[in-house]
Amino acid sequence: MNLTLKIWRQKGPQDKGKMVDYKVSEISEHMSFLEMMDVLNEQLVNSGEEPVAFDHDCREGICGMCSLHINGEAHGPDRGITTCQLHMRMFKDGDTITIEPWRAKAFPVIKDLVVDRTAFERIQQAGGYISVNTSGNTQDANSIPIPKHAADEAMDAAACIGCGACVASCKNSSAMLFVGAKVSQFALLPQGRVEATDRVKNMVAQMDLEGFGNCTNTGACEVECPKGITLENIARMNRELVKANLIKF
Amino acid sequence: MSGFFNSSIGRKYAMALSAFFLIIFLVIHLAVNITSVFSEDLFNQLSHFMGTNPLIQFGLQPVLIFGVVFHFVMGFVLERKNKGARNIKYFKNNGAANSTWMSRNMIYSGLVILAFIVLHFIDFWIPELNTKYVQGDMSGLLADGEGFRYFEELQHKFVNPARVGAYVVAFILLALHLLHGFTSAFQSVGATMGRRKVMQNIGKAYSILIPLGFIVVALFHHFNH
Amino acid sequence: MSVLDSKVPEGPIKDKWTTYKDKINLVNPANKRHIDIIVVGTGLAGGSAAATLAELGYNVKAFAYQDSPRRAHSIAAQGGINAAKNYMGDGDSVYRLFYDTVKGGDYRSREANVYRLAEVSANIIDQCVAQGVPFARDYGGLLDNRSFGGVLVSRTFYAKGQTGQQLLLGCYSAMNRQIARGKIDMYNRHEMLDVVKIDGKARGIIARNLITGELERHSAHAVVIATGGYGNVYFLSTNAMGSNATAAWKIHKKGAFFANPCFTQIHPTCIPRSGDYQSKLTLMSESLRNDGRIWVPAKLEDAKAIQQGKLKPTQIAEEDRDYYLERRYPAFGNLVPRDVASRAAKERCDAGYGVNATGEAVYLDFAAAIERYGKEQAKIHGITNASKEKLTELGEAVIEAKYGNLFQMYEKIVDENPYKTPMMIYPATHYTMGGIWVDYNLMTTVPGLYCIGEANFSDHGANRLGASALMQGLADGYFVLPYTIGDYLSDDIRTGAIPTDSKEFEETEKEVRERIDFFLNNNGTKSVDHFHKRLGKVMWDKVGMSRNAKGLKEAMAEIKQIREEFWKDVKVPGGANEMNPELEKAGRVADFLELGELFAKDALIREESCGGHFREESVEMDGEQEGEAKRNDKDYAFVSAWEYKGEPGDAVLHKEQLEFKDIELKQRSYK
Repeated sequence: MNLTLKIWRQKGPQDKGKMVDYKVSEISEHMSFLEMMDVLNEQLVNSGEEPVAFDHDCREGICGMCSLHINGEAHGPDRGITTCQLHMRMFKDGDTITIEPWRAKAFPVIKDLVVDRTAFERIQQAGGYISVNTSGNTQDANSIPIPKHAADEAMDAAACIGCGACVASCKNSSAMLFVGAKVSQFALLPQGRVEATDRVKNMVAQMDLEGFGNCTNTGACEVECPKGITLENIARMNRELVKANLIKF
Repeated sequence: MSGFFNSSIGRKYAMALSAFFLIIFLVIHLAVNITSVFSEDLFNQLSHFMGTNPLIQFGLQPVLIFGVVFHFVMGFVLERKNKGARNIKYFKNNGAANSTWMSRNMIYSGLVILAFIVLHFIDFWIPELNTKYVQGDMSGLLADGEGFRYFEELQHKFVNPARVGAYVVAFILLALHLLHGFTSAFQSVGATMGRRKVMQNIGKAYSILIPLGFIVVALFHHFNH
Repeated sequence: MSVLDSKVPEGPIKDKWTTYKDKINLVNPANKRHIDIIVVGTGLAGGSAAATLAELGYNVKAFAYQDSPRRAHSIAAQGGINAAKNYMGDGDSVYRLFYDTVKGGDYRSREANVYRLAEVSANIIDQCVAQGVPFARDYGGLLDNRSFGGVLVSRTFYAKGQTGQQLLLGCYSAMNRQIARGKIDMYNRHEMLDVVKIDGKARGIIARNLITGELERHSAHAVVIATGGYGNVYFLSTNAMGSNATAAWKIHKKGAFFANPCFTQIHPTCIPRSGDYQSKLTLMSESLRNDGRIWVPAKLEDAKAIQQGKLKPTQIAEEDRDYYLERRYPAFGNLVPRDVASRAAKERCDAGYGVNATGEAVYLDFAAAIERYGKEQAKIHGITNASKEKLTELGEAVIEAKYGNLFQMYEKIVDENPYKTPMMIYPATHYTMGGIWVDYNLMTTVPGLYCIGEANFSDHGANRLGASALMQGLADGYFVLPYTIGDYLSDDIRTGAIPTDSKEFEETEKEVRERIDFFLNNNGTKSVDHFHKRLGKVMWDKVGMSRNAKGLKEAMAEIKQIREEFWKDVKVPGGANEMNPELEKAGRVADFLELGELFAKDALIREESCGGHFREESVEMDGEQEGEAKRNDKDYAFVSAWEYKGEPGDAVLHKEQLEFKDIELKQRSYK
C-alpha cells in the first residue's frame, strides 16, 4: 500500500519543530509499524536526508521504549499493544497517518519523535522499591505465603512497562496510572507494606514536582495502556495516600 | 494533613468531597421540588421550613454556598493546571477513541451549570433573600395573606417557555456532568476498587433520574398552570 | 601451561565457593567509599551488580544506552528462572541443577563455575521475593514452579510470561534505591565506545552521550562489562534492535580474550519470518512446549499444499501428522533441549515439510492440551456429559490463564487465532553462550576488567538450558561479582581517584573521535543496515544451525569482503554532536563485521558437534543415535579463547582445557 505520513520533525530540544509530509510506497500489510518507519528512514538516508529519530528497542512490546502518538492515539489505533506490535494491516492504501511524539511538559522532546522520560525515573527513585540489601541469607522465599489473588493482582500492576502512553493519552498529561501501578504492586504484597506510608507520599510528591497534570478519571490511560493496567490502581493509590496521611496525623 | 490537600491527589479528594456534598444536596432539592407536582400544600410547607429554619438558613446554607464555590473554583484551578501540563498540543488527537465526551468536557458542562446557578440566584434566591431579610417578611405568605406564596411563585416562574427551555438545557448538561462526575468522585476517593461496574451503574441511574426529575417538575408546571 | 589461569579454587566442588569466600580479601567499609566502579549495561547482570556494589558502599557509575535501566533486553525473557529449591519435592538439588546445566551445555562449561551457579540459585529467589517480585503462587500462597526443556524436574519460577521483566524491575528498584542514596550515578542514553587501560589495568571508559553526542571520560578502579550477547551479528535475532557487541568487542581489542564465539543458541520457538523487510524476530516462550505438540505433515504433498495455501493444518488427519520430536526422542518428546529442537525443525523444513509460504515453519499445536485440560476441568467442576464445545471452552480458559499474553502477542503479529489453528514457529538466534573469557572471579584477561552475564562465556557451555540465563545474570551480579571484585580492589585502597586527564584517556578518546569523524565524512552510498543485512545472511546461511568447513571458510572470506566494502562505502547522515541513531548503528555494525569473522573462524577450528554448534562432518554414523550430533571429548574438551592480533582472522587461539572431576563425560541422549 501507499501512504502519506505526517511526521513531527524537531532538530533538538530548542528547535521549534513542525509537521513534515512524507510518502512511502509498497508497504506490506504484514509489516510492523516500526518496520514501515525503517523503510522511510532507509529511503531518507539513501536520498541524503536525515532519518526520523524515534525510540524503539526490543520490538516485542516489553521494553517500553517505543512511544509514538499515531493518528491521535498513543501506540496507534489497536488495543493492548505497543507501537512496535502495531501492524500495517490496521491501515488502508492511501491513508494519511499522523505521527507525533508523546506530548507533555514533563516529557520534553529531545529530537523528532524521541522524548525525555526521565521524570518517570525520578518518581521511581523517590520510593519505587523495597529497602532490602542483597545477601545470601534473606529469609526463605516461601516463609511469607501470599494469597494467590494478591500475588496475581500485584503482578497485573507490575506489568507496567513505563512507556508513558498513559501520560501521552491523558488530556491532563497525568502520570497517575504509572505511579498508581507501582504503588499498588508493593501495597498488595506483605513485603511492601512496611514502607507503604512513605513510599506513596514520596512518589506522589515527586510526581507533582515533575509537572504532570492531575487525574480527572477520564480513563483514557487505561484504554491506551498496552499492558492493561486498570484505573483500580489509581483508586488504590488514592486510598493509600489518605491512609498514609491519616496514620501520621 | 495540609500537605495532603496540597498534593494532586489531595485536591482530587477535596474535589470529590465537595461533589459528594452537592450530590446529596441535589437529592434533597429534588425531593422538595417533586412534591409540587402532586401536593401544593406539602410543597409549601417544606419550602417554608427550608426557607425559615435557622439551622438550614444559617447552618447548611453557607456550607452549601461554600461547597458550590469551592467546587467550581477548584475545578477551574485544576483545569488550568492540567492544561498547563501539556504545553504543546497534539496536531491530531483522537480523544473519542479512549474516553467519553462527558469526561473530557467537564469544564464546559460545569460552566453551563454555573451559568444556570447564576440565573437561579437572580431568579429565586436573591428575590427570596430580599423578601425575607431586606423586607423582613418571614411569613412566607402571599401578598394577600391567603396561604403560602411558594407554590404560586414556582408556577409563575415556569410560564415563560424561554426560561423553561434554558432550564431544561441546563439540566441536560447537569446530567452529562454527573454521568462522568458521579463515578469519578467515587473513583477519586478510592471507593470504586473491586466494585467499579456497580458504581458505574448507580452513577448512570443517578445522573439520569435526578436531572430528569427537575425537568419533569419544570415541564409539569409549564403545561399545568 | 596455558596463559589462561581459571583460578578455580582447590578442594571438593561443593566446598569450593564457600571456602573461597571465607579466604578472599575484603575491602573495609570505610575504604569502599574511596573506590569507584563502572558498570556498563543495566540488564539483570549489570543492574544487580550495580545495586549490590552500591549497597556495599562502592561508588558506582552505571551506563545504559536506553533511556532507563529498566529497558535492558533481559526484560524480554519470558519463561522463568531456575533455582534448586526443591519446593515441588521432586528430587531437585544443587547437584542436579549443576548436573543438568553441565549436561545441557554439552560438557563445554567450567564445572566449578556451574556448581557455584547452582549453589546460589536458591538465594536469588529469596532475594527477588524480598524485593517484591510477584512470582506466580498457588492457592496456598506458596511459590509455583513449572518445568522447562532438557530437565526432568520442575524448578522454574515464573511471573506470568514476563519473568525477565519482573526480575529486571526488581534489580531496577534496587538500583533506584541506590541512585536515590547517591551511591549510583546513572548515565542513561550513554554508550561505552572504548575501555581505557592504564599500566595494563582497566581504569575507565570513553562513553558517548547519545543525546548531545558529547564524548565523556569516566574513570574507575574497576570496570564491569555486562552488555549482553552478540546475537545481532545475524541481523535478525530475538535480541533488541540496540543489542550490540561493541563494549565486548572493544575490550577484546584491548586484550580481553573472546571465548567460544561459535556457541550460539538458536531458539526453537520463534514466530517465523514473514518477509525481507523484517527487522527482528519475536520469541515465543519455550514454556509453550510444555503444552504444545510440535508437528509437520507426514506427507510431502500435504506440506506442499499447505505452503501454497490450499490446505489448512486443521484439515490434516491425526495419522498424517508427524510429531517428529515425540517420534525421535520418546523420553523427552517436545521438551528436548533447544539446540536439539531447533535442528530437528530445520531438518524437517530442509526436507520440504515446512508449513508456511517460505517453507520455514513448523506447527506448535495446543489442540491436545486444550482437550486434556477441558476434560480435567469438567471433572473438577463435576460437569458430566459436557459437550465438545464446552470442553474446548474449559480447556481454552486454562491455556489462556497460562499463556494468554503470548497467545495475544502471536495473534497481533500473525493475525491468526492460535487457540483455533496451530501456531507456526521456527528457530531464531536467541542467545550467545560464547563471550568474553573470564576466570573464576569473573575477571577477564585484563586486570580490573570484569565481564558478567551473557557477555561472558562461562556457565552454559555449548548450549544454555531454558530459564538459566536469568539465573546466571542475577547470580553473577548479586552473589558472585560483589565478592570477587573485592579481592582485586583490596589492592586499590590507597590509589585514590583516577584522573581523567592522563594521556591514556586522551589517546583513547582521540581514537573514538576519529572513528566517529570517519563515519560522518565517509560519504558512501549505502546505509548501515544494507551491510548489516548482508552480514546477517552470510552468518545465517553458513554459520547458522548447521555448519561445515567449506561454508565456514567461505563465510570468513565473505565477511571480510563485506567489511572492506563497509569501510569504503557506508553512508552515515547527520552530525557528531547530536542524537544520531545511524551513527550509533554504524559503530555497532563495524564491530559485528569483525566479530562475525572470528565467530566463523572459531566454528571452523571446532571440528566436532556440540550443543548449539553443529558440524555436518561430525555426526553419529550408526546405532540408536544415528544422525545425531557427535561430540569429540578427546580433542575438543576445551574453551577456545581468542587473543586479538590486529585482524579478526589473525586471532591467536588459547585453549583452556576443561576438567570434569564430578561429572562423567557422556554423549547427551534425550531418546
